Amino acid sequence: MAMRRQFPTRDVLRRPRLRPVDLLVGAAVFALLYGLLRLGLTLTAPFSPAHAPSKISTDPSQLPGYALRSLARMFIALGLSVAFTFVYGTAAARSRRAEKVLIPILDILQSVPILGFLSITVTAFIALFPHSILGLECASIFAIFTSQAWNMTFSFYHSLLTQPRELDEAARLMRLTKWERFWKLDVPSSMIGLVWNGMMSFGGGWFFLTASEAITVNKHSYALPGIGSYVATASAQSDLGRVLLAIGVMIVMVLAVNFLFWRPLVAWSERFRIETTEASEQPRSIMLDTLRRSHVPRLLGRPLQPVVTGLDRATRVFGIADRPLTPNVVRRRAGDAVFGVVVAIGVVIGAASALNYVQRTVGLDEFAHAFALGAVTFGRVLILLVASTLIWVPVGVKIGLSPRLARYAQPIVQVLASFPANFLFPFFAAFLIATGISLNVGGIVLMALGAQWYILFNTIAGAMSIPSDLREAMDNFGVRGWQRWRRLIIPGIFPAYVTGGITAAGGAWNASIIAEYVTYGHHTLVATGLGAYIAQATVNGEFAKILTGIVVMSIYVVGLNRIVWRRLYRLAEARYSL
Amino acid sequence: MASRVLTGAGTTILAADHITKAFTTPNGDPLPVLDDISFQLREGEIVALLGKSGSGKSTLLRCLAGLIAPSSGRALYKGEPVRIANPGVAMVFQSFALLPWLTVLQNVELGLEARAVPADQRRDRSLRAIDLIGLDGFESAYPKELSGGMRQRVGFARALVVEPDALFMDEPFSALDVLTAENLRTELLALWSRSDFPTRAMLIVTHNIEEAVLLADRLFVLSSNPGRIQAELTIDLPRPRDRRSPAFEALVDQVYGILTGREPTPEVEAPARPGPTDVPLPSATVGGMAGLLEILAAHDGREDLPDLAHELTFEVDDLLPLVDATTMLEFSTVDDADLELTDLGRVFVSADILRSKELFARQAREHAPLVRSIWNSLHATKDGTLNEGFFIDILRRGFTEDEAQHQLDIAIDWGRYGELYDYDANTGELTLDTGAPDVPVLST
Repeated sequence: MAMRRQFPTRDVLRRPRLRPVDLLVGAAVFALLYGLLRLGLTLTAPFSPAHAPSKISTDPSQLPGYALRSLARMFIALGLSVAFTFVYGTAAARSRRAEKVLIPILDILQSVPILGFLSITVTAFIALFPHSILGLECASIFAIFTSQAWNMTFSFYHSLLTQPRELDEAARLMRLTKWERFWKLDVPSSMIGLVWNGMMSFGGGWFFLTASEAITVNKHSYALPGIGSYVATASAQSDLGRVLLAIGVMIVMVLAVNFLFWRPLVAWSERFRIETTEASEQPRSIMLDTLRRSHVPRLLGRPLQPVVTGLDRATRVFGIADRPLTPNVVRRRAGDAVFGVVVAIGVVIGAASALNYVQRTVGLDEFAHAFALGAVTFGRVLILLVASTLIWVPVGVKIGLSPRLARYAQPIVQVLASFPANFLFPFFAAFLIATGISLNVGGIVLMALGAQWYILFNTIAGAMSIPSDLREAMDNFGVRGWQRWRRLIIPGIFPAYVTGGITAAGGAWNASIIAEYVTYGHHTLVATGLGAYIAQATVNGEFAKILTGIVVMSIYVVGLNRIVWRRLYRLAEARYSL
Repeated sequence: MASRVLTGAGTTILAADHITKAFTTPNGDPLPVLDDISFQLREGEIVALLGKSGSGKSTLLRCLAGLIAPSSGRALYKGEPVRIANPGVAMVFQSFALLPWLTVLQNVELGLEARAVPADQRRDRSLRAIDLIGLDGFESAYPKELSGGMRQRVGFARALVVEPDALFMDEPFSALDVLTAENLRTELLALWSRSDFPTRAMLIVTHNIEEAVLLADRLFVLSSNPGRIQAELTIDLPRPRDRRSPAFEALVDQVYGILTGREPTPEVEAPARPGPTDVPLPSATVGGMAGLLEILAAHDGREDLPDLAHELTFEVDDLLPLVDATTMLEFSTVDDADLELTDLGRVFVSADILRSKELFARQAREHAPLVRSIWNSLHATKDGTLNEGFFIDILRRGFTEDEAQHQLDIAIDWGRYGELYDYDANTGELTLDTGAPDVPVLST
């Protein structure tokens, strides 16, 4: 239970140590980004701005409509994420060869700053649909998708790998077809992790929705009708009242989606728990209870039954979910070799041409420049982590150790975590402009607005997982004050805190792209840092710089994950798991 | 004798044909688990595979079920080599392996669904199987709502509904409490004697000796590391069998004798001083050993193993490692199926704690190969300190990763108790315990 309450769930962050193959994968992602970029550039067709307004109306009566359009984008992205998860996760878990390539890529993708992608994807999608707003829609949905899909896919993949052996054997002996096995065993046994990670990633998705609805790429400003661009436009007009209005609508929407969609789904997914013991505290949902009492599920189910049967029958052609016990070793080895060589050649050629592109345009020195800027942003991330830890860990422990407080506080923190921090940026920007404080300092606060909640959220989960008999024993022996923190509380929350720290740090790097470069009214505030570097390159359409910036930021994130976080994570698992 | 009369009684359904299975150790060396196993499962009989943990009995079952491939040799079904999951086999699992999100009926129907049986027939056959196994009324329940015994009934119904040629059972009763297990065994035997019981042969893997003698027509005792067929017994006691009959008890004693006897090592000459990978440490704690010896002392130093197991409600897997460990350290000896306290054992039980520790330290250093080699290696270093990785590397030559770790854990437990050496979990370092009462002055 306590494990599940962390976000992301623990196994999502299980990482191998830094290996030489990471270099290859890094090069592959570099090449992939470059490929996307090329695609976008070659496809660039004349774009008629008439189809995509650069700002939208801030008439409050439009707001509900905008909100619904934004919501639709979120759910389309969620649907795509689920589909992607099923295909990618299954391929990685079931095919030995695919696993070797897919999992390292996913691992890196999870650490690549999504917002840096935006410029590339916007360009590419607009080029694909040159005469309609569809390209922008796709780019926005894609940005949300990238914020949701990786966690869910990792969760699904790990569930497949850790499937109880005897269930796998039972399925094979019953000779289930591939299709039957997928829906009867694979998906249900992964459901709990999938729903939990889906819910939390969905929350994170609002941030990217907001960032992607209104964007300036290559000196063009685009605005999609939606609540995110409403805030952006109101901010450009220095109209804080309307920003406040949008915040209200946003809160209502987050709460409603939680109540009507996620809570019922979480409660429903409990039936897929494999451990035969009941969870100590069953998640409940009024919505689900109502649905269960009604006839709606049965009414919907009946006409679908023939479809299910038909699909079961039609998919028989894919064969049963079993593999020959004795594969042909020679052929397999040969296949492996060919596969490896082809992949390696592709990666090397791609990375070389990407490198060549950077050298021709801005020169390789740009990397050094970007690394220096990255160090500045890293400093901000560090300060942010220390500050949020000092503030939120005591609060989180206080909440987590009191069951009554925790019951109310955890859902609230969850909503706070899903509330897009960029809605608050206009206020801080106005404040910074009024007081003259530099964004170099203020940027830290902006980055923290979203990232801090993961520390609080996971600290609460960690504190809740400290067994009450341990606490009673400490009371009994009179262990209190700093000694109690050192001996009980810090070790107790450590595993959850590490998970929160990794997520918060990742979120902060991502947020730096919009937090180090802020516009409000006619003012543009710029901080020194890698985030601002990427943001400026996006506005100016300097694709080589964007590519350089993203690659360098990914190197920072992946490097820190592997070198620092992984050690803490292993320590947490080995020594401090309760 | 089995009361079943089948038209094809005696014909072979399944066969193990010189099956050998070796897993690969982390060092890349093959680790044999099963060595040259051949036997047949014939129509109309119940065969039991009995062995300690490490005898590969479950592995053998899975080879025959087509779930894993043997390294050499073949599993044959109706004379044909098994290449994928064996279509003639249905399995009942120790952990039940029911899908918790499906109802009892849906769980039972699943195997038929996979065979594309039309919906109405599927329902009929499933309800009949549920009926047969005594689950009627529970069709719409979820496994979570059922007790362990009822869950295993679902496991049986799910296996039997597909009318397999052979029913495989992997320790099917060991997760149940004693009474429920006994009840289910009796019912299974009653069903087996009926002419409409939908399977033709049964193969059960167990570590419970009485269960094996109670159920089986033929019984194979497997030795450990690697598993070999150590003995084959034909049991023709009339059914229902009486556990208290002298013939039954004699058989149980005989099997105990086989399991605790010195395991034959025909090909390899036993090395003069066996190394840590030749003779693994039995999975026993010092506390467990001491407890066993004290009980033995309370019984005047001699007790029948089946009685001992019965008194402690232990199964073979719980008791035998303790027996093996105390015998390895020469605190006890096994004679037939009797465990006897040695003179050393008596001293160990009656001495005060320091003297006991000294004695234990001496015996462990002398007779437990891994403890000896750790102690010697630590002495060979200047500062009496070595990292656990060193020993894990050695152990990996003969054990899987998990087993190597487990062996080291046992050795650390024993060494700590004997104050031979200490272990720091943070650094993973083993250090000579200089406070040990009988450590000689270091000299290099």
